[in-house]
Amino acid sequence: MSHGLINWFRFASPASFYPLAGKAWPWFAGLAAAFCLAGLWIGFFVAPTDFQQGEGYRIIFIHVPASWMSMFIYCVMAFWAAVGLTFNTRLSGMMSAALAPTGALFAFLSLWTGALWGKPMWGTWWVWDARLTSELILFFLYLGYIALTAAIDDPRRADKAGAIVALVGVINVPIIYFSVKWWNTLHQGASVSLTKAPAMATTMLWGMLLMALAFWMYAIALSLYRVRAIILERERHAGWVAELPEMQR
Amino acid sequence: MNWGSASEFFAMGGYGLYVWGSFGVTAAALLIEVALVKKRLTDTRRVLRRELAADRNDQYEP
Repeated sequence: MSHGLINWFRFASPASFYPLAGKAWPWFAGLAAAFCLAGLWIGFFVAPTDFQQGEGYRIIFIHVPASWMSMFIYCVMAFWAAVGLTFNTRLSGMMSAALAPTGALFAFLSLWTGALWGKPMWGTWWVWDARLTSELILFFLYLGYIALTAAIDDPRRADKAGAIVALVGVINVPIIYFSVKWWNTLHQGASVSLTKAPAMATTMLWGMLLMALAFWMYAIALSLYRVRAIILERERHAGWVAELPEMQR
Repeated sequence: MNWGSASEFFAMGGYGLYVWGSFGVTAAALLIEVALVKKRLTDTRRVLRRELAADRNDQYEP
């Protein structure tokens, strides 16, 4: 055995991931709070008033990060689904299950803040255009995953069924992303592009990126916390659970 | 600095309802999620502690 390499599969065991997640989540929670404070400060006090949308554009500082996270978390779920189906690791299904509620929440917040932004700027809370509809489908995919896995009693079978939903549904993510290019929509184009210079003030961009980092760290902290509960629920009869310090009372 | 006074800040140039409706619901949703997840872990631990205690009692019966 080589000593220089980390044996990643060791962490795939719930017994070793449970304490690891317990040590890791406070760091991500701390980072989330720090990024959030910095992002809110820039978003409200540094970023200038928009010349077209006045102060109403400030919704961007949560709308865009929430939308990004809703798509990103779904991709991570699909990744864990693929890992679970390929290697038959138990932890993968638990990770997917831990991510789904947070992803659903961000999808909801994306739709909610979008409606509150659409009303003053477009004059309507909702339109059935490609971007909005595909994001709504993403929200339903999350709910479908949660409902399906909750309806199957055997957790391992629930993981497998959920993994199929996650993998099939991931096709919706590029559809959301490119919807503003492929179809004529009321929604504006991408706010940030890797190939073009951003079409917004640098301070606005920084506020948005910091809020995106805050949501990202929040999602990691929260799913690590939730996966610990899931591990305990599923491994309740394992010997290592009985030996945990928090069980000795 | 964009704001002359606190009331200007809360008015958000007439977009107060929309801006605070977005930020407020987001903050509330995230805080509620945190509370629910914390409760889930403490509840699970409590149930498991009781189950383990019950198992131990069973073993000590004559």
